[in-house]
Amino acid sequence: MNEKMKKEPLVHIIKRADIPQWKSWVIRIGAGVIGLLLCAGFSCIFSKDFGGFFAELFNGAFGTERRIWMLFQNIAILLGIAIALTPAFKMHFWNIGAEGQTLVGCLAGAACVFYWGGEIPEGALLVLMLVCSMIASVIWAVIPAIFKALFNTNETLFTLMMNYVAAALVSLCISIWVTSGSGVLGILNFGHLPKIMNQQYFLNIIIVVLITLFMFFYLRYSKHGYEISVVGESTNTAKYIGIYVKKVIIRTMIVSGLFCGIMGWILVAGTNFTVYADIVGGRGFTAILVSWLAHFNPFGMILTAFLVVFMQQGAAQVNTVYQLGPSAFENIIVGIFLLCIIACEFFINYQVKFRVKNKNATPEKKEKKTTESAEREEKA
Amino acid sequence: MFLTFLHNAINFSTVFLFGSTGETLTEKSGHLNLGIPGTMCVGALGGVVGEYLYIKSLSDVSEMTYGGAVIVPIIFALLFAGFMGLLYSIMTVTLRCNQNVTGLTITTFGVGLANFIGSSIDNSYFSVASNKFFNKGFVSGTDLNWFETLFLSYGTLVYLAIALAIIAAVVLKKTRVGLSLRAVGENPATADATGINVIAYKYAFTIIGSAIAGLGGLFYIMGYVGGSWQYAIDAFGWLAVALVIFSVWKPDLGIIGAIVFGALYIVPNYINVGTKSYIKEIINMLPFLVTILVLIVTSLINKRETQPPASLGLSYFREER
Repeated sequence: MNEKMKKEPLVHIIKRADIPQWKSWVIRIGAGVIGLLLCAGFSCIFSKDFGGFFAELFNGAFGTERRIWMLFQNIAILLGIAIALTPAFKMHFWNIGAEGQTLVGCLAGAACVFYWGGEIPEGALLVLMLVCSMIASVIWAVIPAIFKALFNTNETLFTLMMNYVAAALVSLCISIWVTSGSGVLGILNFGHLPKIMNQQYFLNIIIVVLITLFMFFYLRYSKHGYEISVVGESTNTAKYIGIYVKKVIIRTMIVSGLFCGIMGWILVAGTNFTVYADIVGGRGFTAILVSWLAHFNPFGMILTAFLVVFMQQGAAQVNTVYQLGPSAFENIIVGIFLLCIIACEFFINYQVKFRVKNKNATPEKKEKKTTESAEREEKA
Repeated sequence: MFLTFLHNAINFSTVFLFGSTGETLTEKSGHLNLGIPGTMCVGALGGVVGEYLYIKSLSDVSEMTYGGAVIVPIIFALLFAGFMGLLYSIMTVTLRCNQNVTGLTITTFGVGLANFIGSSIDNSYFSVASNKFFNKGFVSGTDLNWFETLFLSYGTLVYLAIALAIIAAVVLKKTRVGLSLRAVGENPATADATGINVIAYKYAFTIIGSAIAGLGGLFYIMGYVGGSWQYAIDAFGWLAVALVIFSVWKPDLGIIGAIVFGALYIVPNYINVGTKSYIKEIINMLPFLVTILVLIVTSLINKRETQPPASLGLSYFREER
């Protein structure tokens, strides 16, 4: 063996068997702080005001009562879609089609208002909208699931394509409904969810809280939830203990679709009162991040959804105050922040060991060094 | 009429072809880079920045040369988009982050960055660079015969896209590098055992793929729309991802696929839809529907050559059992 072969590599990556809870949180918070600093640094290039970034970030989210309501509303929508995606993800079914599934829910709800609004009582209309939204979303979600279950069709690509079919479908319906050719369906006058305490968004938030609670118990304490996690861990194990995997895949996507439908209904009946191709506004994609970052834990998603919406709304405020330019600015800030948070998962799952010259160094000391170097590397 | 239609379809297909050739190379290394739409935007941004810097460095616009007006933006686009590929590789290869999540975030970031900066760049004289250099074919004029129109009248990037697609196809199919790359995408552990440097392959082809995809964004801005910043690039990015599936991971088939997609995109301008504007929407839906169909059919046939790379989307960790 020559000298080169014998040389130990400089960095050695080891998969962690376990990590103490507090340590993983230190890493996450560290990543969040680094992310915030990078965002502030980026915005500083244009605004020339480093400290002001943090003040306006906070101001944008909590500055006025209206902003706080907007914050909670946006968290609710994002959280709801993330919750809808979670059972599929837990099953390791990469459903990146929440955008489209929610969108067809919106479309079905709006179609009910368009055809029956004013002709049937408001209450009945709302129920009809809910049912139609759910059916539409379930159809959209179950098609890829059936093909995945029967023919093992790649679900990531399939659901991704379904998003754009849905968007085109919405444009198609609007071009049929709106005869003027403007391509914009105005505010619909019927099928509005009631205001509670004079707040339009209050009911939406309550519904999402209920969904979150339901999903937590469904995943943790029901037989379905157990089957989902077994299929997610290993389909062979699932088959061995007598779980019918195909059925679980299809059933779980139906559940996923049902909740996407509810979110579509909330968007149409409780938020926008109309439908357009961009109504979900990329939240179907952001929800994937929200769900994944929380490790598919519904309560954890409250935190991750808050973080994302907080950054979005805060960055929008920074943009307005300093007049930086197009609204694309928010995307940059959210992107930088999320990249940091995603990258930090590596340091939770893996341990980086540097080649230590002194072979007798105590393992504990090495461990400490690892976390520090991890933080440093992340910065780079 | 049909000739101009075909000409424009081939011209427009370049946007998709760059994107899909790049994405195919990346996917062959086992990485589903959903950051491609963002990367294409950043590529366009790079091109625009390069063009801006070049024009600024001139004392007079009439001094503009082919080398400066076309090559400089291309290099910038390659560098900018390549940087996004590097970012994605660091996240997914070294840090082993989830590919879907990373890709989507890269797209968010890239689209934001490109639109934020790209829309505020001074683009005066860009149209000159676009007309005189980017879209300059071997022959030009109005009285071209069919052969000249179809084959000789495109700008540089169109030929470059087709050349790159053919090169990529040959490399993948006929060379040792291509064989190793496919091995990495199919089963990295086996590839590693045979002595292939898996990490290097993954890095190299993700970065090369991203850089190539970035040229698609550049072509759209500087070639197709003539230099004014547009917000639509990410939509084409998703179509490019679809095209990879449509062409069943074969860059040479991608050329034909891209022309089909290009034709579908421009066909509403050529048919008189009149009051039936919904026909246009149906046509917009077609590329995605056809892609889904291809996806289903290939999974039904279940032939090995038409399947996605086996380890697509999975991170590789050598010490995992």
